[in-house]
Amino acid sequence: MSTVTQPHAPSPATAPHDPHVHGSPRGSMSLSTFLSTYVFSKDHKVIGLQFLFSTLVWFLIGGLLALAVRWQVAWPWSDVPVLGKLFAQQGGQMAPEFYTMLFTMHATVMIFLVIIPILAGAFGNFLIPLMIGADDMAFPTLNMLSYWFMWPAFLFFGGSFFVEGGAAAGGWTSYPPLSTSTVSAPGSGMGQTLWLLGLTMVGVSSMLGSVNYMTTIILMRAPGMTMFRLPMTIWAMFITAILQAFALPVLTAAGFMQLTDRLLGTGFFSPEGNIINNAMSGAGGGQPILWQHLFWFYSHPAVYIMILPAMGMVSDILTTFARKPLFGYRPMVYSIAGIAGLGFIVWGHHMFISGMNPALGITFMVATMMIALPSAVKTFNWLGTIWGGRIHYTTAMLFAISFVSMFIIGGLSGIFMAATPVDIFIHDTYFIVAHFHYVLFAGTAMGVWAGIYYWFPKMFGRTMNEFWGKVHFFLTFTFLNGTFFTMHILGAVGFPRRLADAYHYETFHHLQPLNAFMTWCAIGMVASQIVFAINFFWSMFRGPVAGRNPWNANTLEWTAPSPPGHGNFDFQPVVYRGPYEYSVPGCEKDYLMQTDPPHPAEAAAAAAAHA
Amino acid sequence: MDQDKRDRDAGSGGNPPGGGWVDGLPQGRRWSGIAWSLLFLLVPVLGTATFVIAPYYDHWLPKDVSAHGRSIDDLFYFILVLTGVIFLATELILFWFMWKYDAAASSKPATYIHGSHALEVVWTIIPAATMLFLAIYQMNTWADIKMRRPRMSPSAEVVARQFEWRIRYPGRDETLGTPDDLFVVNDLHVPIDEDFLIQLKSMDVLHSFFLPNLRMKQDAVPGMKQPVWFKATETGTYDIVCAEVCGWGHYKMKGRVTVESRADFDRWLARIEAEQKATQRGPDEIPMAAAD
Repeated sequence: MSTVTQPHAPSPATAPHDPHVHGSPRGSMSLSTFLSTYVFSKDHKVIGLQFLFSTLVWFLIGGLLALAVRWQVAWPWSDVPVLGKLFAQQGGQMAPEFYTMLFTMHATVMIFLVIIPILAGAFGNFLIPLMIGADDMAFPTLNMLSYWFMWPAFLFFGGSFFVEGGAAAGGWTSYPPLSTSTVSAPGSGMGQTLWLLGLTMVGVSSMLGSVNYMTTIILMRAPGMTMFRLPMTIWAMFITAILQAFALPVLTAAGFMQLTDRLLGTGFFSPEGNIINNAMSGAGGGQPILWQHLFWFYSHPAVYIMILPAMGMVSDILTTFARKPLFGYRPMVYSIAGIAGLGFIVWGHHMFISGMNPALGITFMVATMMIALPSAVKTFNWLGTIWGGRIHYTTAMLFAISFVSMFIIGGLSGIFMAATPVDIFIHDTYFIVAHFHYVLFAGTAMGVWAGIYYWFPKMFGRTMNEFWGKVHFFLTFTFLNGTFFTMHILGAVGFPRRLADAYHYETFHHLQPLNAFMTWCAIGMVASQIVFAINFFWSMFRGPVAGRNPWNANTLEWTAPSPPGHGNFDFQPVVYRGPYEYSVPGCEKDYLMQTDPPHPAEAAAAAAAHA
Repeated sequence: MDQDKRDRDAGSGGNPPGGGWVDGLPQGRRWSGIAWSLLFLLVPVLGTATFVIAPYYDHWLPKDVSAHGRSIDDLFYFILVLTGVIFLATELILFWFMWKYDAAASSKPATYIHGSHALEVVWTIIPAATMLFLAIYQMNTWADIKMRRPRMSPSAEVVARQFEWRIRYPGRDETLGTPDDLFVVNDLHVPIDEDFLIQLKSMDVLHSFFLPNLRMKQDAVPGMKQPVWFKATETGTYDIVCAEVCGWGHYKMKGRVTVESRADFDRWLARIEAEQKATQRGPDEIPMAAAD
């Protein structure tokens, strides 16, 4: 089941289907078959879709949490609509401790339950075997477990809102002693313990996934699929899996240390003689900055875990709809590797003003400046890819182009924070909020939508509605810039993040109208997703039936049926070329799939190109 | 079998014969390609406009009243211009390519090219040199602000606590931790045009001592003593903000810093001393972090 055993050459799609899936009529399906097919499935596609649906639900929850945060920032202490009934004891207002929980859980949900699992879990699972020509993952049972380990995390994070004191309120970075001392804040009781447990479970899930992805990509590529014939999506997933495997153990260990600090009084992160809320706290002998080093040692590489797969998917989508080979395939691969390598030595740039030795800050600053380089190379190559192409403005393409456009903003704004003297002023202001939302929302989330519109036909056998897809794109793109671009301006004033009400400061009192504008844009942005949700579910059942290869793309997943059955391919794909052979001169069609047998025009074109 | 037939009919079908370059994808209209390019043109246009207009509405860097702030602001503007040029160039190129290479605009086939070694070298070396220059260029500024501490004993101690700033002046003996220390809360006074060295501590959780007008920010870490120094250049009263989340009351952890002439500063200190003597307040009655 899990290894490639059919070495014969491609034949027309007449090979017999796997009988035990396609042969069983729906009506006679027993409960255990139902459970093993749709619930505890070991099929990478079902697991991928399970990840996709779960993360989209959490995406909605995270978005609503963001709206609640925005409401308080724009109109502090005013009655909260809809949710106001929850705060009856405060006269419908949001309490400041609730506000701290909101921004903590917004970030936690978006990072740990949406971005990381939707990229690696949903797209990684669905695409890796299909794009390398394997019939499933190397370890199907581990794969199933990687999804089901998310459920304790869902319950811990989701349930923490309902325990005494409420959910974690120390920020998603969970800096001690605020997070380790149980008396420091209302949310630092049970909620924080659940937060740490949830984080550990997400880590277990990611680790199972990453081991699986690495093994699958190394061992299970189809005949002819050399490493340098892999699509960029797979390269990005591969390097992301390596990042996960090396960085995660540090966070897991740090999480356990914080847990024992809280539950057993170990004091790894608590200094001597700390007085919190007029009570002596903890055993002492620890160092709060140690947590920051350990946390960012994972969480900075995690930033790349949250963007690299989207970069890979966007590279593939750009080539398909520009009908042109990827510009600079090898530089693209090397720059992903460069980002990943440098990503391990830049974590200190989160800590320039933390009290860390300022001389060490200079080292991290230089490394951080250098990591801008591979990002720049990638951007130039994306521009090179659409140069001279034949661009088709499908919804997927628009989202992919917007990824490039928005990543330019997110990449450039990072240089401000990387410059240590400037960081003194803009650290922990809305400038950084603007920066990471441009990378993670305007970048990754737009890449995710590009991926959904692009691979939806492969997932469900039907295409999404293009008109409503473009409406969704236009609204999201417009509102996101209204919301996030203006944050740069707030940051330039020094407007600090995470403040429930900043208008009593003389420096910031005039910023309320701008914040109100941003909140209206944020409301519009969340509301636009209704268009997406309706399109998604309507198309799943009623959309036009897609063939195997609706976009005339080159990669292996488009040779399988849509949706692929159990075992993916009805014949063993054999790979003859790289993934981006579009518009080969002299060829009667403008794409040559990786499985198409060698074409005479190809050799002539290659000779001409190297002449 | 039905599935296979449907596959053949619906997708990857053969291209219709004749007429220009056909790629089998749904053909868009030219006006829609133009519209989408123009939407992306709005990114550099409105983006630049935002940064140009904001200062006129006072949505910009707050007034700098420190001796070192100028070097931070200059670096900010330098990076703003540098990134602004790259932003405009890349976004305009993106717009132009979107406009020009719309499939509906021509029947020419796409250029079959896999990259350019020369271009890769150019756009690797130029950014590398730029970033390296930027890295080296700023080192001295950072060292001046955070590493080259003036040789003096602390002018004051600031102890952060949920949710206030406790400030201690050394008193007449110019030594912290002696009985003549003077205590105030949330009300920092500093003399103008003099180096002022603060010993920053926290007694509970992390806080961040943020003086927007003095271009200064430093986390206060329990168990550590952080030196913070600056030289104020303009009299007035400015905000002290806590910039590191420190609990439910984080938003209201507000202080004020008053920059005044040496004479006014001395008068103020004398008044605090007199008040403190009159009310018999002393260090014993104000819980401070463990004396050092």
